[in-house]
Amino acid sequence: MKIAIASGKGGTGKTTIATNLALSRAEAGERITLADCDVEEPNCHIFLKPHIVSSEPVTVQKPEVIEDRCTGCGICGDVCEYNAIAVIKKKVLIFPELCHSCGACSLLCPENAIIETPRNVGIIEKGSTAKLSFVQGLLNIGELMSPTVIHTVRKAAGNNGHVIVDAPPGTSCPVIEAVKESDFVVLVTEPTPFGLYDLTLAVGMVRELGLPFAVAINRSDLGMSELTRYCDSEGIDIILEIPDDRRIAEAYSRGEMIIHALPEYRPLFDSCWTEVMRRHRLPLSKQKEEVL
Amino acid sequence: MKIAITSTGEGIQSKVDRSFGRAKWFVTFDTETKTVEAHSNDQNIHASHGAGIQAAQNVAHLGVEALLTGNVGPNAFRTLQAASIEIFLLDATVETVEDALARWEAGDLPGIGAPTREGHWV
Repeated sequence: MKIAIASGKGGTGKTTIATNLALSRAEAGERITLADCDVEEPNCHIFLKPHIVSSEPVTVQKPEVIEDRCTGCGICGDVCEYNAIAVIKKKVLIFPELCHSCGACSLLCPENAIIETPRNVGIIEKGSTAKLSFVQGLLNIGELMSPTVIHTVRKAAGNNGHVIVDAPPGTSCPVIEAVKESDFVVLVTEPTPFGLYDLTLAVGMVRELGLPFAVAINRSDLGMSELTRYCDSEGIDIILEIPDDRRIAEAYSRGEMIIHALPEYRPLFDSCWTEVMRRHRLPLSKQKEEVL
Repeated sequence: MKIAITSTGEGIQSKVDRSFGRAKWFVTFDTETKTVEAHSNDQNIHASHGAGIQAAQNVAHLGVEALLTGNVGPNAFRTLQAASIEIFLLDATVETVEDALARWEAGDLPGIGAPTREGHWV
């Protein structure tokens, strides 16, 4: 089973929940892979401390012009949806950072004057701890193409036991690439106005994608009833509530796992898992019914 | 020769637009025929990527040889250079398109040899 841990707002506790859920399951004897898809700033390794065994570049294709064959017709510039090619005075200018590697230019060049060559955009690292398998991606600084690296991480995690994906924050392309093809999404939020507003956006996203989901509330006793009222009125289940315990923040700031530093919280993660297992088998229509 | 000025409106009395890639209008002036034309840059105003490149291509297709504007980013600069379009900078004292033209004719506007800005999105 593939579970994605996502959120609208950043800093709600995705990494905390992803790592503690993954390790508590692994320590209970399940086969677990943690896939860190927050490729702009992967943090799971800080808590899980995996031993990395491989590191490979992630590349995208970029166009290159064979000057002798180019007639300056400008078709490549015309077909590029991303303005990555400009043809000026019969010369082809390529802007690789804008290229989305769709291949249209190369395919449609009447002179076969465009070839595609690989360009590094990030790296993917694989490893493990004593208990679980681990994959993370890291996007090169200055690059825009996080979805490509995220996709590579997801594919590398494969079907190696249960896969828990730590998604990036937000609701746009990188997040969608991270949560796609999941069997279940846990949306992490906090009981603050920002937490609630951003949650509504994240809910919109998972509904658009047709993915079963439930909510986890971090720092749950901060006391904002609007959040629980929202979930109630939308028919959204809350499957995990972590209280606002300063000791959790202290353990986190030392790079420690909550389930080790504060073992009394382990049952919360165990029951969260049970709730996910119960729900992911529900037909999609039940989730959609709640909307109507 | 044809000159383009980035503008917030369609006429020569319009205030200049200091942006290039996402300028509202390009007002062109033909020094021989003295005709003024306005070309909308609507296509690029909301573009999240590649606005400068597209704007530069559009301006080049109009047969423009000189551009008067406030700022040019690195992608736009590269494209304008490839088109051999000379770029002149409008400082804060230039208000309308008409001002810009007068200052250019007087040789008052500095040319630029490098982009004035880093690239940016929307």
